[in-house]
Amino acid sequence: MGAAESLSALVNQALADVDASTDLNALDEVRVRLLGKKGLLTEQLKGLGALSAAERPAAGQRINDAKAAIHAALEMHRIRLEQAAMERELAKGTIDVTLPGRGQEMGSVHPVTRTRLRIEQIFGKAGFKVVSGPEVEDDFHNFEALNIPKNHPARAMHDTFYFPDGRLLRTHTSPVQIRTMRLQQPPLAIIAPGRVYRIDSDMTHTPMFHQVEGMVIGESISFANLKAMLHGFVEQFFERPLGMRLRPSYFPFTEPSAEADIECVFCDGRGCRVCKQTGWLEILGCGMIHPNVLNAAGIDAEIWQGYAFGMGIDRVAMLRYGVDDLRLFFENDLQFLKQFP
Amino acid sequence: MKVTYRWLQEFAPITASPAELAAQLTMAGLEVESMAPVAPPFSGVVVGEVVESGRHPDAEKLSLCQVTTDGKNRLQIVCGASNVRAGLKVAVAQVGAQLPNDVTIKRATLRGQESNGMLCSARELGLGEEHEGIMELAASLPLNQNLREALDLDDTVLEVNATPNRGDCMSVFGIARDYAAAGARRYLKYAPATVAAGGKAAFPVSLESPACPLFAARVIRGVKPNSQSPAWLRERLRRVGINSISAIVDVTNYVMTELGQPMHAYDVAKLTEGIVVRMARPQERITLLDDKEYELDPEFLVIADAGGPVGLAGIMGGRPTAISDSTTDVLLESAHFTPDGISGRARRLGLFTDAAQRFERGVDPNLAAIAIERATALLVECIGGVPGPVQLSRFAGAATDESHWVPLRRDRVTRLLGAPVPDTDVHGVITAISERVEAMSGGWRVLKPAHRFDIRIEADLIEEVARLRGFDKIGEIHAIAPQIAGAASEAQVPGNRLAVAMADRGYREMISYAFVDPILQQLLFPDTPSLKLANPISADLGEMRVSLWPGLIHACRENLRRQQQRVRLFEIGNKFVLPRGELHEIETLAGIATGARWPQQWGSASEAVDFYDVKADIMSMLTLTGDEIGVRFAPDSLPILRPGRAARIYRDAAPIGWLGEIHPQIVKALNLPATAFLFELEIGSAFMAKQLKYHKISKFPSVRRDLAVVVDESVPLAVLQENVTVSASGLLSELRVFDVYRGPSIETGRKSVALGLILQDSSRTLTDVDADAVVTAVAARLRDVLSATIRDQ
Repeated sequence: MGAAESLSALVNQALADVDASTDLNALDEVRVRLLGKKGLLTEQLKGLGALSAAERPAAGQRINDAKAAIHAALEMHRIRLEQAAMERELAKGTIDVTLPGRGQEMGSVHPVTRTRLRIEQIFGKAGFKVVSGPEVEDDFHNFEALNIPKNHPARAMHDTFYFPDGRLLRTHTSPVQIRTMRLQQPPLAIIAPGRVYRIDSDMTHTPMFHQVEGMVIGESISFANLKAMLHGFVEQFFERPLGMRLRPSYFPFTEPSAEADIECVFCDGRGCRVCKQTGWLEILGCGMIHPNVLNAAGIDAEIWQGYAFGMGIDRVAMLRYGVDDLRLFFENDLQFLKQFP
Repeated sequence: MKVTYRWLQEFAPITASPAELAAQLTMAGLEVESMAPVAPPFSGVVVGEVVESGRHPDAEKLSLCQVTTDGKNRLQIVCGASNVRAGLKVAVAQVGAQLPNDVTIKRATLRGQESNGMLCSARELGLGEEHEGIMELAASLPLNQNLREALDLDDTVLEVNATPNRGDCMSVFGIARDYAAAGARRYLKYAPATVAAGGKAAFPVSLESPACPLFAARVIRGVKPNSQSPAWLRERLRRVGINSISAIVDVTNYVMTELGQPMHAYDVAKLTEGIVVRMARPQERITLLDDKEYELDPEFLVIADAGGPVGLAGIMGGRPTAISDSTTDVLLESAHFTPDGISGRARRLGLFTDAAQRFERGVDPNLAAIAIERATALLVECIGGVPGPVQLSRFAGAATDESHWVPLRRDRVTRLLGAPVPDTDVHGVITAISERVEAMSGGWRVLKPAHRFDIRIEADLIEEVARLRGFDKIGEIHAIAPQIAGAASEAQVPGNRLAVAMADRGYREMISYAFVDPILQQLLFPDTPSLKLANPISADLGEMRVSLWPGLIHACRENLRRQQQRVRLFEIGNKFVLPRGELHEIETLAGIATGARWPQQWGSASEAVDFYDVKADIMSMLTLTGDEIGVRFAPDSLPILRPGRAARIYRDAAPIGWLGEIHPQIVKALNLPATAFLFELEIGSAFMAKQLKYHKISKFPSVRRDLAVVVDESVPLAVLQENVTVSASGLLSELRVFDVYRGPSIETGRKSVALGLILQDSSRTLTDVDADAVVTAVAARLRDVLSATIRDQ
């Protein structure tokens, strides 16, 4: 066997040894054995001097190539081993990502508040200002100024809570109309959400509930404008196209007066238990502000006109979220509240 | 009120089905609340007569009957009813008849006897609950007539909810009139045949009050006493929910239902001298038909005779002069009482009567004379008697000309409704509601119909135009509004931000009633005056809350009862307080916290929430104002809070709220499983926000020095903080408290507080020498002022 053949065998053996090394120590041993001061290749380089000048460059080249090949193999294998070591280390640190997180939980905003805020947003974007008024009212603002004199049969529509001194808990948010008109001349566009009170209690009535009053006054604010605003509102509120109709009704403080029905959101107007098979759900009362109300508040009804509406916030919240018992809103069961983030 | 389809058809040309009619009425503003057929569908049932009735040979409780439906042929029918007897007119379900509940009548053999049909009870035909016996039909009914026709069963009862302004629609005729105006644009007029007087019998009537401008009276002598009204009349009343009482009462009820005129009948024999319509005298008493005695005052209008009041005008008749089984001479009253004279009076006595309901809303004054003719005709037809002349009395001071013209301007119609309405449409509507309409420049004028108490001004006529044309004829037009800049104030933290921030801190918003249990409130706020309701819905909702805490405690307790262990609730709402007797509604944010500090979680020990957890929540909320520097918590006391663990919260000098632990005695009294922390912030003062202003950020690094200060237990942190601040020569940018320690290495009665002083200057980098100088100054001050010792310095 010639020198070239024996070098090639040496390299093959060295590469096999590198591959067989299972850790960095073993790898280092391979390096020392071949490339160390007394390594096999180092020895061969030392033996070059024995060769003739003609043979020396080629032999030197072969040995250097062999060294480079072994060196590259060593380096590559070292990286492999280091990577494997790191992977083993990381594997030990694996955590259970399915365990729950820690810390405070989120609370929640009441569905009625959530609904009120959405209503404020929808009307706010149309230029309505949000105003409020007291809950303990007097007869004047709650009834007289709204064209409901004493002994008026419409008073029977409101089962009113009274205080011994004759004051009362407002039965609707309409007194805010009066308070606003007495403070400010038209043009006006307001909504007034708030708590109202009536002596009533069953699945769809609680002695306290929430209403939002709306009022717009201008020189030519019309019934057609009222229809457009309300229809726009219900479509935004329910986030879908929805039929709406106005039905003649009666409120002493509006003329004409109407009740607004929307297409039943549970059956798309086909008729179901919720809409009592009518396909319609009543959601609010509205109308054109009665001239007596405008005049009593110091606004000239010959010049100004406008519309007003009153809607149950809880009522539309029930429809929006499918709550079938109004009382749930005021029982404050955490299991209920948690459903409204 | 209830009306029937067939009754309406007597007045208005109705071709629509009952369901269509209901929809049309509803869309005209007469809401039909419910609709029910008088009878369920059935067929093959005819009028028959029992010819013979004998015992079934093999069954004790059955009868073997021979029945004829045509007067010639006989059918053998087995019947189980005890009231079956020869000569009785009965409802015969013939073989092949289809009865309700999918019953088909077949030829059958019952205990060996053939039965060719069935004699029906009311329940078997779905006509009522009566099943004790078979139906006993009127002898006058012709044989073989289809029962549906004989009893007018193809009829529907509609419950119509007339709004309080539409007194004119509280009658069958009134509803028919409005329907005709809405649909056919026809003005319906009612003109009954008059009944000529057969004698001269009269009764003196005098009117002394403008509340009764008109009184029609008529005496009918010699009526058949103790008689029943005819079956058709009783059946009509039954369908609209009125019980039959006697012929005379039934007739007055019938006329009221049909025409809307409440009437009353007196027994002439029981009246003394003449009758007077006058205001009641103070403390005058009357026993009404409900057999209760009422004390009156001069607000009430009465019908009186020489012996005192005999009826409460427009509300209810008196018991002593009422007709009875022995009445033979009747005085009919058909009066007009003004809404002002009647309104509210029935309610004051706790009464709710059909008459009062109508007079309060307004009854056509012209109806009094019309109704008395209709009633006379029916009475004479039913129970005979000789009517005297109609006596029409008028109050001397009453206005004679009641004509009232209402203008209707074309441009007003357009402006109010938003789009022009063709003249022909306007004219069609106004001529359908009023007998007299005149053209005017720019529009029309309309004579107010006497029966329409809701039409007074132009807007009322525009309403009629819109309503009777249909609201659906008005399009949707978006208003063009002036552009006015809206407010976006930073002077107050917005309300929605408060709710959201509380939710973000883990609290759940609740809403509770503003009236609370007086017993609970008294327990929690023994010295606080509250506003009491005169008519609470129940005793436990009897007074207005003086704080949101009763509601929060109640809700917290209910949730703990429902097996919740950790509760964080807040509410935003008004409290109703009476400082110096004057009511203030104060918008408040309040909350309650009980249970563990954190939701139960792995890897951290569960600890109960404490004062400082809730304090951090409050401080975070107050940070929203950008003005939390002046906030301080001062020890204070309230009966509801545990002494030593209650603080009043101030911003500078102004009180803005409270925080504290609930008093252990209240925990015990309310049987709460654990203690709870309560807080409230008065929104107006607590969340007033500061105009934000940027402060330059220092480019120079900060230096931290830690100090462990041992002071007496009685030294609050706030005092330590003050002293550190004043002695830090303006270099203190932040003071952190990172430990409070009590233990073996500290003397009893003292505590060690670990303070982290973050020092920073805006113009240079602080050196160790600067920092040490601050620490030395602070330590000296704490030693001198608070007798502090400094550990491990």
